Amino acid sequence: MDPRVAGRALGLNPFSLLVRDAGWFGVVAFMLLIALVGGTLLVLLTASPTAVLSTQLADPYLYRVVGFTVWQASLSTLISVLLAIPTARAFARRDQFPGRGALLRLMGLPVVTPVIVAVLGIVAVYGESGLLNRYLEPIGLSWRGHFYGLTGILLAHVFFNLPLSIRMLLPAWERIPGENWRLAAQLGMTAGQRFRQVEWPALVGVLPGTVSVVFLLCFTSFSVVLILGGGPRATTIEVAIYQALRFDFEPGLAAWLALGQLGICLILVVALHRWLRAPPVSRGLKTGQPRALGFDSVSQRWFDGILLTAVCGFVALPLAAVIWLGLNGPLVRVLSNAALWSAAGRSALISTLATTLALALALGLTLSARRLSTRHRQRAAEGVLLAGSMTLAVPPMVIGSGLFLLLLPLGLTFDIATALVAIVNATLILPYLVRTIGPALMNSGARYQRLCLQLGMSGWQRFRLIDWPLLRKPLGFAVALAATLSFGDMGVAALFDTTGMLTLPVMLYHQLGAYRFNEAAVTALVLIVLCALVFIVVERLVGRWRS
Amino acid sequence: MKWVYHLLATTGIALASASALADKPALTVYTYDSFVSDWGPGPIITKAFEATCGCQLKLVGLEDGAALLSRLKMEGKRSRADVILGLDTSLTGEAAATGLLAPHGVELSQLDLAINWSDKVFLPYDYGHFAFVYDSDRLTAPPTSLHALVNDAGGPKIIIQDPRTSTPGLGFLLWMRQVFGNDTSEAWKKLAPRILTVTKGWSEAYGLFLEEEALMVLSYTTSPAYHRHVDKTERYRAAAFSEGHYAQIEVAAKVAHSPNQSLADHFLAFMLTPEFQNIIPTTNWMYPATRSHSALPAAFNDLVSPKATLLFDASVVAHQRKIWIREWLDALSD
Repeated sequence: MDPRVAGRALGLNPFSLLVRDAGWFGVVAFMLLIALVGGTLLVLLTASPTAVLSTQLADPYLYRVVGFTVWQASLSTLISVLLAIPTARAFARRDQFPGRGALLRLMGLPVVTPVIVAVLGIVAVYGESGLLNRYLEPIGLSWRGHFYGLTGILLAHVFFNLPLSIRMLLPAWERIPGENWRLAAQLGMTAGQRFRQVEWPALVGVLPGTVSVVFLLCFTSFSVVLILGGGPRATTIEVAIYQALRFDFEPGLAAWLALGQLGICLILVVALHRWLRAPPVSRGLKTGQPRALGFDSVSQRWFDGILLTAVCGFVALPLAAVIWLGLNGPLVRVLSNAALWSAAGRSALISTLATTLALALALGLTLSARRLSTRHRQRAAEGVLLAGSMTLAVPPMVIGSGLFLLLLPLGLTFDIATALVAIVNATLILPYLVRTIGPALMNSGARYQRLCLQLGMSGWQRFRLIDWPLLRKPLGFAVALAATLSFGDMGVAALFDTTGMLTLPVMLYHQLGAYRFNEAAVTALVLIVLCALVFIVVERLVGRWRS
Repeated sequence: MKWVYHLLATTGIALASASALADKPALTVYTYDSFVSDWGPGPIITKAFEATCGCQLKLVGLEDGAALLSRLKMEGKRSRADVILGLDTSLTGEAAATGLLAPHGVELSQLDLAINWSDKVFLPYDYGHFAFVYDSDRLTAPPTSLHALVNDAGGPKIIIQDPRTSTPGLGFLLWMRQVFGNDTSEAWKKLAPRILTVTKGWSEAYGLFLEEEALMVLSYTTSPAYHRHVDKTERYRAAAFSEGHYAQIEVAAKVAHSPNQSLADHFLAFMLTPEFQNIIPTTNWMYPATRSHSALPAAFNDLVSPKATLLFDASVVAHQRKIWIREWLDALSD
């Protein structure tokens, strides 16, 4: 019987029905999220007069900006994900070569590198006077005069998002049951058939989440588009929001623009989810592709080898440039500065707070999405997961300013600045967690729901014994990513007070603002090394922690 | 459970010491990031001022001058700021319009700026001129005027900042407007092919320039002094333009509803004393507002000295800013 019908028969109101179907944990998480985003937008909307809004919102320039934003975000997403699919497959097929673990960790680094550092690294390698141009020019190959513009934007977005997509797609292969591979071998499937029949169905489970995260990241990309875009022809809506909040101080306009951005992203992401519907999960006992099936051919090995080398080289070169610049800077002077280490400590504190909050929200949302989906409320389940990833479409600056205005009457804004920054950071990293934990939990639910019902297993026991073994690897990656993202993010610290909030990224900006580019290079190196360390430690701790 | 008591005890001590500090009156000054950073004037000024005032100076660092203004507008009468320090002349018109600021009451005859100053609300503490900084290793004959820069189709590529997000960017926009008047739109169109890129802030632009992406970057006439003083190199120079250079005058003002009026007055007066003014050149890399007190450091010798100082009246900027930014947008996005 449909639970809704059953519920009505029992005389339950819709809210208690929701709590029953979604779990109170999920309902609380969902409400908190809506209150945070909705509340901040509402505060901004009521904070400024709306008389001139209509003329500003009818500006044709604004629509050109929207058009460009959609165009560059779509292209960046397409290139990143299309390249990520074969690369992730190559990583899945070559599961034993030396250095594989290191390369996979390398893939976690670009997205956590502070934007300005990454951009300076990218420019050092691929820019007009970059390393590559310098070596390619003598043989007649050069893109001098063509880097700034769409080329630069796409290059940088692929640099950030290709590695992220690879890491987010890779678990799909790990979830393909071994039986499916064996069946494919018995039926004598070709490589193309295997991709369509065996791999694609698994991929579709993670593809919508990955595509939407990457799309949202590129859609809301701000500094990258401004630095590499070459001029006001290439701007995003986010720039207009920043301008409205900063220079013009029109919070109402900023909130409307943010709502518009949220609306456009929502429509595009929902359309994508409709288009890529996840097929039923195939059940099996073992995972992993058995080597003995004879799928591996020499040409395939060459293809994988070349692809992995090219992609890793593309990602590693700008990072190597950043590291090289750092090693050539005044290492001793910067490293012996006590302020650097206390800034690192503050970054770690904010990162811990933000990750804990985001993880609680993400677990609430994903567990309740699973509960909804096992009760055949598929749409509600998708809606909950969607809500968890849409925070990427709301600029941190908007949430930060809204929270600030909200707390202003209480006179608390100075005392809880750290908590505010952590909350804004949590909304920033929530989507990564939801989109990585979500598919794993859904998968475990689809496989073991009946078994759990039979055994009468639920709650903590089920989470520990059934979900955890399937969850810990993707969760380890997601938590590590979230922690490092928050660690390296400039965030909205500058909105409150950078004197009391001296985190590592803030310190980096201080150095850049004071001409200290050499010192900043060392700070960037420290930041990257610490990010890598945090990443490795968290991923190991969480990912290998057996219950 | 022992740790709980420890925690409570330490919090107690922390609260007690905080209230002990609170016995001294505190003066809160909102300013920008690079002022409060370890390399800026903030730390030295705090020490010097606290030695004379018997108070506690609390500097709050916000992103930049524009962030300072928007923070003031956001907080309105609830603002905890007693003084705001770091607006420039392209923002003062709008800041005055908030009605939140009070007259400074400081004697202005001690000022030695490139222009006459008579504003009763905003008190200057340093100033500088915008200029294109070039790499003399790679560019031997830089343009000698803004007209030459705009009209020479084969001229060097430049990096500028976005006037919608940065104060130097806005400064260059006003500079163009001063020199080209009603023909500014045409001038922007001519210049467009040589604008390599337009960045969000000064740091991004200068970083790209140091990576040799372009031959010139919009910065200040004083930038070469930094490279001389710290990097010991003469490689980076500012190009002198015959039409004159647009000025940036950095000012502070007292918040009208502040309960610490006399302390705020004390701070504004302190701003023009040698103790404050003498550290400005090598920490903020700007010219002090009162030059009579001491000679400038050697690194400031033979910097570009503008033939004329260009500056719009603050009220003109407040009225025209949006229209001129629009003109810039249209000219550059065709």
